[in-house]
Amino acid sequence: MSQHFAEKLSRGLLQAMSRAFAAEALSERPGFLQGLDPRIKLIACLALIVSCVLTHSLLMLSGLFVLALLLALASQIPMARLCTQVWLGVLLFTGAIALPALVLVPGEALWQLPLLHGQITRQGLRSAAFLLGRAETSATFAVLLILSTPWPHVLKAMRSLGVPVVLVAILGMTHRYLFVLLHATTQLFEARRSRLVAAMKGAQQRRLAAAAAGVLLSKSLQLSTDVHLAMISRGYRGEIHLLDEFHTRPRDWGILLCALAVPALILWYQR
Amino acid sequence: MSDCVFELNEVSYAYQNQLALDGISMQIRAGSRVALLGANGSGKSTLLRLLDALYFPGKGELKAFGKELSEAAFADDEVNFAFRRQVGFVFQNPDVQLFNPTVFDEIAFGPLQLGWPKEKILPAVADMLARFAISHLKDRAPHRLSGGEKKRVALASILILAPQVLLLDEPTAALDPESQSEVIRFLIECRNTGQTIVTATHDLDIVEEIADLVFVLDQGRIAACGTPAEILGNEALLRQTHLAHAHWHLHADGKAHMHLHAHRHDHPHDAATDTPYRRLTRQPVRRG
Repeated sequence: MSQHFAEKLSRGLLQAMSRAFAAEALSERPGFLQGLDPRIKLIACLALIVSCVLTHSLLMLSGLFVLALLLALASQIPMARLCTQVWLGVLLFTGAIALPALVLVPGEALWQLPLLHGQITRQGLRSAAFLLGRAETSATFAVLLILSTPWPHVLKAMRSLGVPVVLVAILGMTHRYLFVLLHATTQLFEARRSRLVAAMKGAQQRRLAAAAAGVLLSKSLQLSTDVHLAMISRGYRGEIHLLDEFHTRPRDWGILLCALAVPALILWYQR
Repeated sequence: MSDCVFELNEVSYAYQNQLALDGISMQIRAGSRVALLGANGSGKSTLLRLLDALYFPGKGELKAFGKELSEAAFADDEVNFAFRRQVGFVFQNPDVQLFNPTVFDEIAFGPLQLGWPKEKILPAVADMLARFAISHLKDRAPHRLSGGEKKRVALASILILAPQVLLLDEPTAALDPESQSEVIRFLIECRNTGQTIVTATHDLDIVEEIADLVFVLDQGRIAACGTPAEILGNEALLRQTHLAHAHWHLHADGKAHMHLHAHRHDHPHDAATDTPYRRLTRQPVRRG
């Protein structure tokens, strides 16, 4: 028998929350990335993502992906987590975009598609592989940064690198409101589940989902306003202040140099 | 020079087209303990938010420490920080107030925002943790605490700033009896600190303990003002403002009777003068 919609959603929401708590725990673990100055980590991550975009070689892209895997291993970030939360998701979304490129890009035919009167071309395959490879590798670097750094440190690093206060404040608020929303949604569906005494039809379930979305929107708006007011009340003006001071050691400078060297080398090689 | 912390003159505030406060005029003196008493939706929380300069009056004039509170004035960081250093606000729902990853970060949040040096923050946080007996919770996530623990963290996160004025919105709401008692004890202790304390509540049982002056709010207006004894002794006012209600009262013999439930429980249980006893399952019998 298929599981009830509200039950599945409740379980999904709880999983999302526990994943978020696990992510916080990962950033506190001892590890290579966790030990770096967040500012250096942020710049290095950006440099490596730029490298993914710059490279015209699948081999180099594979090299960057392997580098991401090594960084994850050195930082005790589980591969299973990267696989389920990054690679599969990116594969589904980017794969859907990359799929048409296989047949739409003209070039040397590799396979004739039955029924569709189309053919997969070598150039199309290469384009799709680049799109997927770049998306997967870039997302892996970005997620490594997030999983190895407490969120307030990421925001503070952004501010210290000159990212406008409005943007940082929006990111900070979004993160907090996601949790507020997640919490409110969980409570709403738990309350709904506790009052369910019979199976619901598909149409009823869809109506329930639509009604819940409306209620949540207004509820989360109220809660998020209150959270923001509570922050303002204690002197928050959009600037992130933390007790932890960032310290850049020689190792951090070395890492930064290496990370910046990657896009520079790619540009030099492809000149 | 006036010793008024807050002066409100014909202050009104509306949420879009819905009037929440209508022509409120009051003065709150430094060092006084004030209760804003009112039923749900009477405008207590809105008034507290105005006093904390989170909202600004739609009409009328609101002054704090002799200066008008306005959106334009608070655009200036200096004005904002000077005010925030002096006024602390404990929200009704601690969940909206606790947004940091750990209890320690939560308590340190205010001082950090107000630019305290690290050397001053660390001992101050440790002091607050010890004062509220929550040192063992310092590395815990605030959203995983019990209601009473959350309230203690919320209070600690405000009191670390040592504000001259403390605004509390329903401080005992949704707390178990022990946690309620702790909060009340804390408010009684504040009597000697010289702080101005403004508490919004509809809990008549705590008014005498926490306030010397009471403003009763009803539908966004001040319905009455007086000492706790004057207000709590005014049965008609309490009924009119929905703060007291007819209460069915069960006795050990399984019978029940009705009386006004406002504040005190030391009424005489005398069959001659009291509401006639009835079984709870029967229709209520009205006095008179």
